[in-house]
Amino acid sequence: MNYIKRIQSSRTLYGVLMVVLLWYALHFTVRSAFIPSPHETFVNFVRIFPRTLLLHLLASLGRITAAVAFSVVAGVSAGLLIGMNRKIDRLVSPVIYILYPIPKVAFVPLFMILFGLGNLSKVIMIMSIILFQIIVTSRDAVKELTKELFYSAKSLGMNRPQLYRHLVIPAVLPKIITAVRISVGTSIAVLFYGENFATTYGIGYFITNSWSMVNYTEMFSGILGMSLLGYILFKVIDLIENHLCGWVKA
Amino acid sequence: MIDIRGLSVFYGKEKALDDINLSIEKYSTCAVIGPSGCGKTTLLYVLAGLVTPGSGKVIIDGTEQKGVRQGTAIVFQDYGLLPWKTVWNNVALGLQVRKYSKDFIKQRTHHILGVLGLEHLKDKYPSQLSGGQKQRVAIGRALAMQPDLLLMDEPSSALDAITREHIQDLVLEIYKSFPMTMVLVTHNIEEAVFLGKKIVVMGKACIKHVLDNPYFGDMSLRRKEEFYRACIEVRKWLDGGEER
Ligand SMILES: Nc1ncnc2c1ncn2[C@@H]1O[C@H](COP(=O)(O)OP(=O)(O)O)[C@@H](O)[C@H]1O
Ligand SMILES: [Mg+2]
Repeated sequence: MNYIKRIQSSRTLYGVLMVVLLWYALHFTVRSAFIPSPHETFVNFVRIFPRTLLLHLLASLGRITAAVAFSVVAGVSAGLLIGMNRKIDRLVSPVIYILYPIPKVAFVPLFMILFGLGNLSKVIMIMSIILFQIIVTSRDAVKELTKELFYSAKSLGMNRPQLYRHLVIPAVLPKIITAVRISVGTSIAVLFYGENFATTYGIGYFITNSWSMVNYTEMFSGILGMSLLGYILFKVIDLIENHLCGWVKA
Repeated sequence: MIDIRGLSVFYGKEKALDDINLSIEKYSTCAVIGPSGCGKTTLLYVLAGLVTPGSGKVIIDGTEQKGVRQGTAIVFQDYGLLPWKTVWNNVALGLQVRKYSKDFIKQRTHHILGVLGLEHLKDKYPSQLSGGQKQRVAIGRALAMQPDLLLMDEPSSALDAITREHIQDLVLEIYKSFPMTMVLVTHNIEEAVFLGKKIVVMGKACIKHVLDNPYFGDMSLRRKEEFYRACIEVRKWLDGGEER
């Protein structure tokens, strides 16, 4: 009984255990090489991690980080500008609404022609998808700020930069971090697709390649690595959030 | 100190203030009382330089009001504290904005927190405070800037009866120990009589009557009969006014 309580008190451990259990259940019911057992996968993962998987994961991590970082800087600046200026809002928002729902992955060939076959076209592909989420989120976060808070800040004699520093940016930060969290999830999914074109590095490439070579154990090791990458990224975002937005939970 | 001449303010087509004329002496207090929606907050925002008048003007200390003035501090009805800043940083904010030296800010913030009995709360966020505590922080934030004109919007209307009297006592003590002019708006009659040397009774968008309050400044006024007589007098003007 005590064990169960201990396990439940650590939510991560509990989550991992449940997934492994389901995985075993699937492994034993399907009984095919399609679904290798967790322990088999884990042994393979440890074996290929240092010399193979790590490189693929780092390549993907680099692309995701670059895309998210550029999108946050560009998207938040654009979003704040749109949210603070009614005229710009009226000019820009209708265009964003038309562009937002277009399935950008359809333009992958175009991106490769325009930006080459290397990392740039992959980063731009991710950016073209997550940038809009970040712009719209930061724009709406600014618009939600009450007039009273603006008056309060202005009554202290704040100039424009101070208004951004003390009022606008701290106010929108929690929402931007949520948008980043969603963006990272989207990036991983999009990158998996993008890494199937014109590259021999990246976790997406590794998984698809293992699959076409009918090596299901390696394919699952790749999926495990990709999940770990996502998990670590989410944890890093949590840490940043706790550090920058302590007041939300206080 | 303050001269309001022919002041009108519009929100779209709605007239929030209609040809207001009023003067307030330096180092005195003025309580503006009126029903909800009559334009009290608008009047205060004009004095703070946050709302620009449609016509007429406000002259403070000989100069016409244009934008936010250095020596004016305002305490907002919803306290106006920034949720992401601790008590300490909220109180220090005005000084930081005005780019005082770090040492001065530290010393002054410390002093103000001490005066208002907020030291033990200095690392708390506004969401962790009671209404009375938030109001004290808001007053602290204003006082930190050493204003010569302090504006207050319904300083105690969101508080329970006991806290309300504590805040009113605090405001009177502050007035007595810091040299400044004070304008507060309220819909609470007792508050107006306790805190206003001059009491301005407003109707919709206009001034109905201005009373002088000879009892102002007595810390134990609430225990005296004159207090209630003055309250009744204000109530008569509030209720009717025009008939008299
Ligand atoms: N920003 C605004 N836009 C439009 N109308 C407003 C605005 N602020 C106040 N009003 C209107 O102006 C009138 C006076 O408001 P206010 O000064 O807040 O009154 P009070 O503080 O006495 O309750 C009210 O009728 C209110 O609805
Ligand atoms: Mg009001």
